[in-house]
Amino acid sequence: MNAHLQPTGSAYFIAKETELAETHTLSVLVDNEPGVLARVIGLFSGRGYNIESLTVSETEHEAHLSRITIVTRGTPHVLEQIKNQLERLVPVHRVVDLTVRAAGLGHERPIERELALVKVHGSGEHRVEALRLADAFRASVIDANIDHFVFEITGKPSKIEQFIAIMKPLGLIEVCRTGIAAMNRGPQGM
Amino acid sequence: MSGTENQMTGAEIVLQALKDNGVEHIFGYPGGAVLPIYDEIFQQEDIQHILVRHEQGAGHMAEGYARSTGKVGVMLVTSGPGATNAVTPLQDALMDSIPLVCISGQVPTSLIGSDAFQECDTVGITRPCTKHNWLVRDVNELARVIHEAFRVAQSGRPGPVVVDIPKDIQFATGAYTPPSAVPTQKSYQPKTQGDLKKIEEAVALMKSARQPVIYSGGGVINSGPQAAHFLRELVELTDFPITSTLMGLGAYPASGKNWLGMLGMHGTYEANLAMHDCDVMICIGARFDDRITGRLNAFSPNSKKIHIDIDPSSINKNVRVDVPIIGDVAAVLEDMVRLWRAAAKTVDRTRLEDWWKSITKWRARNSLAYTPSADVIMPQYAIQRLYELTKDRDTYITTEVGQHQMWAAQFFGFEEPNRWMTSGGLGTMGYGFPAAVGVQVAHPDSLVIDIAGDASIQMCIQEMSCAVQYGLPVKIFILNNQYMGMVRQWQQLLHGNRLSHSYTEAMPDFVKLAEAYGGVGIRCEKPGELDEAIKQMIDTPAPVIFDCRVANLANCFPMIPSGKAHNEMLLPDEATDEAVANAIDAKGRQLV
Ligand SMILES: Cc1ncc(C[n+]2csc(CCOP(=O)(O)OP(=O)(O)O)c2C)c(N)n1
Ligand SMILES: [Mg+2]
Repeated sequence: MNAHLQPTGSAYFIAKETELAETHTLSVLVDNEPGVLARVIGLFSGRGYNIESLTVSETEHEAHLSRITIVTRGTPHVLEQIKNQLERLVPVHRVVDLTVRAAGLGHERPIERELALVKVHGSGEHRVEALRLADAFRASVIDANIDHFVFEITGKPSKIEQFIAIMKPLGLIEVCRTGIAAMNRGPQGM
Repeated sequence: MSGTENQMTGAEIVLQALKDNGVEHIFGYPGGAVLPIYDEIFQQEDIQHILVRHEQGAGHMAEGYARSTGKVGVMLVTSGPGATNAVTPLQDALMDSIPLVCISGQVPTSLIGSDAFQECDTVGITRPCTKHNWLVRDVNELARVIHEAFRVAQSGRPGPVVVDIPKDIQFATGAYTPPSAVPTQKSYQPKTQGDLKKIEEAVALMKSARQPVIYSGGGVINSGPQAAHFLRELVELTDFPITSTLMGLGAYPASGKNWLGMLGMHGTYEANLAMHDCDVMICIGARFDDRITGRLNAFSPNSKKIHIDIDPSSINKNVRVDVPIIGDVAAVLEDMVRLWRAAAKTVDRTRLEDWWKSITKWRARNSLAYTPSADVIMPQYAIQRLYELTKDRDTYITTEVGQHQMWAAQFFGFEEPNRWMTSGGLGTMGYGFPAAVGVQVAHPDSLVIDIAGDASIQMCIQEMSCAVQYGLPVKIFILNNQYMGMVRQWQQLLHGNRLSHSYTEAMPDFVKLAEAYGGVGIRCEKPGELDEAIKQMIDTPAPVIFDCRVANLANCFPMIPSGKAHNEMLLPDEATDEAVANAIDAKGRQLV
């Protein structure tokens, strides 16, 4: 199953095998039916592919379509395999590698956003500091009492990671992240 | 559909949908969760149900039936253990791309998830070993799902599907939708026509090739008789040498002058060297499996590769190719033959002369040679005699898994597609006999022979009872070497000849076993008596177990040890004990 880890067969392409792993974001349009997520996840675990983030939700109610966004990591060869394998699943309508598409459109990467709920201890001087930082990150307070806050923050994953890192010394209690929602810039759909 | 027209019970819908999809035979085994369906089977005559003795047998029968006819094979099993017993043939069919519809019973919807008696998560268990599966929770969806199941099983790269039907759905009443009234599914629409630009590119490469080889596979058989027809035409027109995988045997006739024999781990010297040294490789309906390529980074290092496959995920999976063509083999080859004809005048046939000279030299190496014996039956000799005595008949061959399978592939000449059924991808011992029963159901007047090993045959031997019940005169030809020969060979090659658990101490008396089931047993121990015994087997109008006692310690050569390249094969005359002992290094030993 790990054939992709072995040298390629054709001597022409041996140079390509030095390909580095890249992180790509895929959009997968599927029928919203029972078991479809299990099929996608089973494909990844069964064939040894990575999942760094996965989100799924119905996007077109009448058409019973859901959109799955997967962030995965692999060499271009493996990424091509992942796309082909996904397209082979019966309930899959389309697979778009948003990262490749973004590059084609001249963008560095697709639009990627995530939401996180971040619970922090907030008492004494830390309390003021946490509020000040939340403001700077445009995180909003959605629950609080005298010794805690729950912040809601949206943005690029890197921004959320930074916010969480900053909250750590201030008394981070727990974090819940949605995973990434993504699409490309410009007027075209997937 | 509205009102009361076309109202039926779920069980009636199942039978109606099967009929409307052209089903004439189903292989099955009853149980609590499928009783309503069995009740319907009892009350009709259009579909014949073959009662098996184990659900694994039902699956392999359906596979043999499908592979020998090009139709979809159908199996019917109950919930829980019925469904889990079906897993092996489902995975087998997945790996060999055999179209199979498995209908399974499930506990009533209200009990799903309660650990009810004979409940198992059938769709969960079979998800990775099917192309697709469905749990039907609404009787009004049942007909559509079954029609869709038949479509998915046979379109694109064929494969197995499961339709899991809870018992209350079988009793419930709902509307029946005929296949023509079912809206076509939007997803999963495999492409069959190849990209003409790519085919032109391929033809251009082929025209300039000086050392070309065609490497064809099971996809040619799956694509149908047209594919084999165009393949033969292409070989004829181009004069290219052709080899094939285990699964592809028969697409090009073994007696054809361009035939190199099978390639791969136990393939011929000429086939493997042609693959290694070629400058253009045309892979048709094959998937660069590890049994074929040997060590990947030494696989055909100097060739440009053309790959025709209906499954895009097969392209560039193991081996990078230069010209991928996604489409159905028959459709693509038709275009390719047409383009080649148009270009034929500009092709210089003499350019292949040196290549054919090399091939003639490799052929002379006679890599399938073995030392004959006047005292014991050599297994290769047994297959050769079986071939000679059956080749003028309407014969179908199935096999189990092991040395006998490879010897059958090497020494039995296949002239037509769909005549050879073997478990290639999964390598399932126990496949051959039930598969032969399935073939015999589809071709009642043909000669159907399972070339078996003494160990493999014991895995599904219970189907003798099924063969006797239905008067199916299947022949089991056991190359009885008293060992799990292929395991013993690997232990000799890789594990210092420590024969751990590969000898069968308490072999049954196969003649008595045949008789116990109501069949006929024949034993043969002498080369001089073999022909007569085989003739007797052929002339017996009943299931036969033929216990052919062969040399116990023969090895199957040539062999490319795991982790080696095509040009590092072990040939029979070079395979001294020492060469055999040193053939595989520590790294190769870790491979399978
Ligand atoms: C179900 C299953 N279990 C185990 C194996 C591993 N295996 C491959 S060949 C073989 C021995 C087969 O022995 P036999 O049927 O006597 O054939 P021979 O090699 O002797 O011709 C075994 C155990 C397998 N292929 N399938
Ligand atoms: Mg044996």
